[in-house]
Amino acid sequence: MSETISGNRALQIEEKLIFELDNPGCNAVDLPEPAPFDLERLGDAPRRGRVALPDLSEPQVVRHYTRLSQKNYGIDTGFYPLGSCTMKHNPRLSEKVARLSGLADLHPLQPQKTVQGALEVIDSLAHWLKELTGMPAVAMSPAAGAHGEWCGLMAIRAAHEDKGENHRRRVLVPESAHGTNPASAAMCGFTVDPIPALENGRVDLAALKAKLGPDVAALMLTNPNTCGLFETEIVEIAAAVHGAGAYFYCDGANFNAIVGRVKVADLGIDAMHINLHKTFATPHGGGGPGAGPTVLSQALAAYVPVPYVVHGPKGLELVEGKRDGAKPFGRVKGFHGQFGVFVRALAYILSMGSDGLRQASSDAVLNANYLLASLKDDLSASFEGPCMHEALFDDRFLKDSGVTTLDFAKAMIDEGYHPMTMYFPLVVHGALLMEPTETESKETLDQFIAVVKGLAAKAKAGAAEEFKSAPRLTPRRRLDETLAARSPVLRWKPAAE
Amino acid sequence: MRYLPLTESDRRAMLDVIGAKSVDDLFRDVPPSARLAGPLPLPSHQGEMEVERAFTRMAGKNLSAGCAPFFIGAGVYRHHIPAAVDQLLLRGEFLTAYTPYQPEVAQGTLQMLFEFQSQVAAITGMDVANASMYDGATATAEAAVMACRITKRAKVIVSGGVHPHYAETVETSLRYTEMEADVLPPDPLGMEDMIGRVDSQTACVIVQNPGFFGTVRDLRPLAALCHEVGALLVVMVAEPTSLGLIESPGAMGADIVVCEGQSLGMGMNFGGPGLGLFATRDKYVRQMPGRLVGQTADVDGRRGWVLTLSTREQHIRREKATSNICTNSGLCALAFSIHLTMLGGSGFGRLAELNHVAATRLEQKLRAVKGVRVLPQSYYNEFAIHLGDDADAAAVVDALADKGILAGVPASRFYPTWPELKPVLILAATETNTEDDMDKLVAALKEAV
Repeated sequence: MSETISGNRALQIEEKLIFELDNPGCNAVDLPEPAPFDLERLGDAPRRGRVALPDLSEPQVVRHYTRLSQKNYGIDTGFYPLGSCTMKHNPRLSEKVARLSGLADLHPLQPQKTVQGALEVIDSLAHWLKELTGMPAVAMSPAAGAHGEWCGLMAIRAAHEDKGENHRRRVLVPESAHGTNPASAAMCGFTVDPIPALENGRVDLAALKAKLGPDVAALMLTNPNTCGLFETEIVEIAAAVHGAGAYFYCDGANFNAIVGRVKVADLGIDAMHINLHKTFATPHGGGGPGAGPTVLSQALAAYVPVPYVVHGPKGLELVEGKRDGAKPFGRVKGFHGQFGVFVRALAYILSMGSDGLRQASSDAVLNANYLLASLKDDLSASFEGPCMHEALFDDRFLKDSGVTTLDFAKAMIDEGYHPMTMYFPLVVHGALLMEPTETESKETLDQFIAVVKGLAAKAKAGAAEEFKSAPRLTPRRRLDETLAARSPVLRWKPAAE
Repeated sequence: MRYLPLTESDRRAMLDVIGAKSVDDLFRDVPPSARLAGPLPLPSHQGEMEVERAFTRMAGKNLSAGCAPFFIGAGVYRHHIPAAVDQLLLRGEFLTAYTPYQPEVAQGTLQMLFEFQSQVAAITGMDVANASMYDGATATAEAAVMACRITKRAKVIVSGGVHPHYAETVETSLRYTEMEADVLPPDPLGMEDMIGRVDSQTACVIVQNPGFFGTVRDLRPLAALCHEVGALLVVMVAEPTSLGLIESPGAMGADIVVCEGQSLGMGMNFGGPGLGLFATRDKYVRQMPGRLVGQTADVDGRRGWVLTLSTREQHIRREKATSNICTNSGLCALAFSIHLTMLGGSGFGRLAELNHVAATRLEQKLRAVKGVRVLPQSYYNEFAIHLGDDADAAAVVDALADKGILAGVPASRFYPTWPELKPVLILAATETNTEDDMDKLVAALKEAV
């Protein structure tokens, strides 16, 4: 390959950092000349000199970010079968309504009578979440799934404290759980006790019962679990947990599999967060923002953190402080929750309706089972079907091939796909976790299945070198993560520094 | 069902391949008692037109800021956002990408975050910044935890000039831990003595600059004292545009700097989502929560970016992680970064000047209202005013809202149990406020007070 002066070849684009594009004296925002002002009011620490940021014009800025975007793979680009992440289509109507000035250009601290429509958005979404799960209460403010886990555990901790059971400090967490589960428990001052799984990928009920005791505060269980399986004994699990005086937290990351088909309340769950950016199709945005409202059972309803919306004599009312009968455990973030995400999720929910949401979970499960059935003879399926919303494979099919799960994932990139989740859950070796979601067509899945079969055959036929050198068609080939961690370069610095 | 591509014949063909009679069959692991036989009794699906109509109706029930002289701040600020910001945010490759776990197909997000980290480090005067947190309040709570971890001490002192939502979030976060938060009473005059409170038990002091009631402080003496006793100084900035005109926390000796980044690129959105900025010194980088992007090279030796130092994080370290956070605020960070790139070094300074000028103009005009006095000695674009001993700021705000004027936030909304704060109103002015806005506010205040 000959090198061009710019490094660019057709749409193979090289893009410098903004700091390297600095064009001193340019600007992309025409601000008026300020009137002379009174430095006296600034106190005794005015800044000396300007901040070291680059100057660019608008055309340069637009081109820079457009070119960066072209190095990214999104759902709009193609199939994104990332297990545990529910990468479904993000409807554009949601983006449109979120930009209505009556919803976007609104301050959270305006007098409440001037924001009744915004409170109605929060209240309507809360109503849907409660109805879909059958749960009586919901904390709307958590900003993400992990934040919702922490919120639910805080409510559990507060409830124990209220009952004089503050000595309950142990939380049981299956080995297949997301890392956020134990981390959230630790942040509430709990210790974490892992529970093993059975051969069939479900929680070992006998082992769980053996671990229960007077010092157990809660069980955290993901259902459907991270192996893509429904916990068949969940009702017995809930009974055992409650029988021991503990609460049952459910990680709702995989709620997409059961919306409109299973009422969470009927399973005996006390708290569950819902990832609006997964189940209710709000954009992942390259990693946030999401939202993690947490539904709560009657036993935990009084502990909902502030703020929350109630129906009052003058319309909807946002409760921001203490109130008779309520025992909020505190506040989890600034203001009233991820409002912009609420608007988008509600737009999706109203578009889908009760019938559409049920159809979506049905299609999500159907698509995952179709992948499982179509690939189980070529890859190694970790568990017997049926699966729920995602299909789990491990690396037995790569045994002695010299190809690892990572190599296999990187080869999928050259075939035009975002890889599946790799090496998670930890309960199987070299996991490959695929979640197609309901928004992929049969044609897309058929093409994907053909490609994966082809890659599996190639790996088994001894083409390890080809896998090791993948990806070859990306803006960058494999990146050196060891180098990045060993000598961290975490910001741009001018050469002189 | 416009978002669902499967047809009935697709579904039948797929069920044949699976060897199942029906989709219900695939749910056989669900206990029969928990299965729903049909859709829940909730409204059915609707077309775009109907949904849009529903949101237009709800939006119409709000008084949007653009329709009123507007002076509310208190942690969320109304600034003008250049048109290009939102246009670029809407590019599907940014909007619909996931966390950049596969760096070869996420160099766009990774390079953007590396630039963002560099910008945050530059404006805060710190060595290093992470790829963002949920919001300013949660970032502040994380800073408190991090400071306790570094100092191996448990006492966190929160200044009375810290936004009450932030103080509550810190208190809640520490509630069931070995750590404790000592939150000082509200400080409308900016006169509190932090110096006398710091001792060898102190893990960190958290101060807000500019303060919740407006005061801008030179933090160097406090930083020096903290360092003398082995405590850390955490500086929180709720209005990052102020950093164009005020000495950076890093230059004043802060050990951790957290900000709410909403002011740049994001709009108000009824207060969420926010954007938490988090910056610290190099020596503490491995104690930092959240994601970090680092520079590296690919196998061909070309510069590229990856997520790095992830052994701090929950997916590796589980219960021993620095935090349970498993995301950042990617799209908000992008908005912030694009806006800051458009401003550049000179525009960032000028924007700050325009904000400060607007606030000084407002102060001048308020002198015409009898009985009103500005409380803090110094401010940037926001200050608390006292409306007179018998005044009720909440009632005044309410009365002005009826006239279509959004006149700041009454302190009593945050501090209902403090009678002495009943007459206090917190007002902000930004580059978006016109002379006419201010005149309308002043005229209405004259009538109401």
